Amino acid sequence: MSEFAVEATDIVRTFHDGSFRALDGVTLRVPTGQVFGLLGPNGSGKTTMVRILSTVLAPTSGTAIVNGLDVVKQPGQVRKVIGLAGQFAAVDENLTGFENLRMVSFLNHMEKSTAIRRSHELLVDFGLDAFANKQVKTYSGGMRRRLDLAAALVATPPILFLDEPTTGLDPQSRQDLWSIIERLVEGGTTILLTTQYLEEADRLCKQLVVLDHGKIIAEGTSAQLKSQLGNTVLVLTFASTDDAKRANDLIAGIPDKPANVDGTVIEATVSNGPAAAADALRRIDAAQITLVGLALREPSLDDVFLSLTGHKAEDFDSVEAPALGRRARRKAKV
Amino acid sequence: MTTTATTSSPHHSALRWAFSDVLTLAKRNLIALFRTPTLVVFAIIQPIMFVLLFRYVFGGAIPIPGVSYVNYLVPGILVQTVIFGSVNTAIGLAEDLQKGLIERFKALPMARMAVLGGRTLADLSRSVVVLLIITGVGTLVGFRPDGGIVPYLEACLVMLVFAYCLSWGFAFVGLAAPSAEAAQAMTFPLIFPLVFASVIFVPLAKLPWWLQGFANNQPISQATYAVRGLMLGQPHGNSVWVSLAWSIGFIAFLAPLAVNRFRKAA
Repeated sequence: MSEFAVEATDIVRTFHDGSFRALDGVTLRVPTGQVFGLLGPNGSGKTTMVRILSTVLAPTSGTAIVNGLDVVKQPGQVRKVIGLAGQFAAVDENLTGFENLRMVSFLNHMEKSTAIRRSHELLVDFGLDAFANKQVKTYSGGMRRRLDLAAALVATPPILFLDEPTTGLDPQSRQDLWSIIERLVEGGTTILLTTQYLEEADRLCKQLVVLDHGKIIAEGTSAQLKSQLGNTVLVLTFASTDDAKRANDLIAGIPDKPANVDGTVIEATVSNGPAAAADALRRIDAAQITLVGLALREPSLDDVFLSLTGHKAEDFDSVEAPALGRRARRKAKV
Repeated sequence: MTTTATTSSPHHSALRWAFSDVLTLAKRNLIALFRTPTLVVFAIIQPIMFVLLFRYVFGGAIPIPGVSYVNYLVPGILVQTVIFGSVNTAIGLAEDLQKGLIERFKALPMARMAVLGGRTLADLSRSVVVLLIITGVGTLVGFRPDGGIVPYLEACLVMLVFAYCLSWGFAFVGLAAPSAEAAQAMTFPLIFPLVFASVIFVPLAKLPWWLQGFANNQPISQATYAVRGLMLGQPHGNSVWVSLAWSIGFIAFLAPLAVNRFRKAA
């Protein structure tokens, strides 16, 4: 077994005759046997990367080796060792859960008896056996996602690509899916997953890269990224922008790096939340500035972006609409 | 566990798997079709309505020399029905694309072209069933073709080949459309003028003079001449060959378009 399950080097992918660069020289190494995270906002290029690695889309330039196989030169071989669960549960609503898995098994060129056995096995594994003979249109969002993941696993691929596996799911379904992913990795599967949620990356991924505008802007373990970021975000809200500006000057030195002032709101990443909050409060109170709101929260992807790029993780859908308009529209339906 | 083929002839086994992939997907599409009542309605009720409407409402106003109107009408309705049926190809592929199924299929070790092959084959099988049903309904309202059983089957073959070849154009439309609804909307202006500015409902002489040149020579009219002539046992000139030539032209031109579009789609 090689050290890296996926090795992508300088991947570029343009759309619209080169006028839009979805990926702009991405290089990454996914170690075998772990969950590797691709973190980024909408339109950062995550889906394009997954599509290239899963042979759905050809790169404009660059090379990608999956399980020792070149995605451009040996796509047929690559498809035998990967499983793909795209951004939206790609299952046939008119078929039953069992029929969906059987179909994918057949398309993986399994013999009939193996296909049927494997389909039942997965339905049991994913807690769907009671609904095996119900049409998927009667399934909940969480059930569809589990079926989708099961479909990606029929051939027990050593490498699994999951594109935003929990987007649009309720907290319980998300937890369920996380447990499934953890179980798979324990079983030796290498997983590359994309996510917009820092929490998800934090829980599942040993290593991750942060993608913005088709470029990697940070990489490392989740802990490394977090220490880079500060542990907690202190949010202070004031009655006026003037108050906010004055307060920002007063609290200088408390945050790890200069705070972000957005109108009447100050957001500061701090290492010790409660102490920082108390300190800030004392200074603001001493200057007789009225505080309207105070909160401490876990850093979000927005904070990572703010900290890494100096800009918010905007929603790029409008920019990317010409290239991936179908996807954007699909998103609206979730 | 994947059962990778280990036979001595890899080409033979690749072909065997491609065939099996086409059948798997055709079956899947047929199951979906028969579980979607609106599609069944579109496929069966609509042509029945056309038969009844033209047979009993408009038919009296369209005298055809030497043929009862119902005998004139039903072969044309059959042609219309199989052509409308191929619109299904566009809708089905657009839906698969929209729902991410094409993306899934493209990442599987299957024959990629089976997605298009399975779709068009399913729609062809559906047309066969619809042909049988409409023939039955036609018979109930007085359709009595005199051409004999073999020419009748030949006629069916001519129109099925015609519609199948044309459906590759609809495959292209379905893959290029942003949604299933749009695919349906896009096929309408393509197919509507060809179906109605034809000899399906009205003989050529009853059409306005400026339309006659187009209506007489356009492919759907040629297929209608062939089907009607064969079914009714009447002279039909070289229309069978013209229809087949159009069919070959369609598939030669449209299949590469659809395949190319499929490669880019995800």
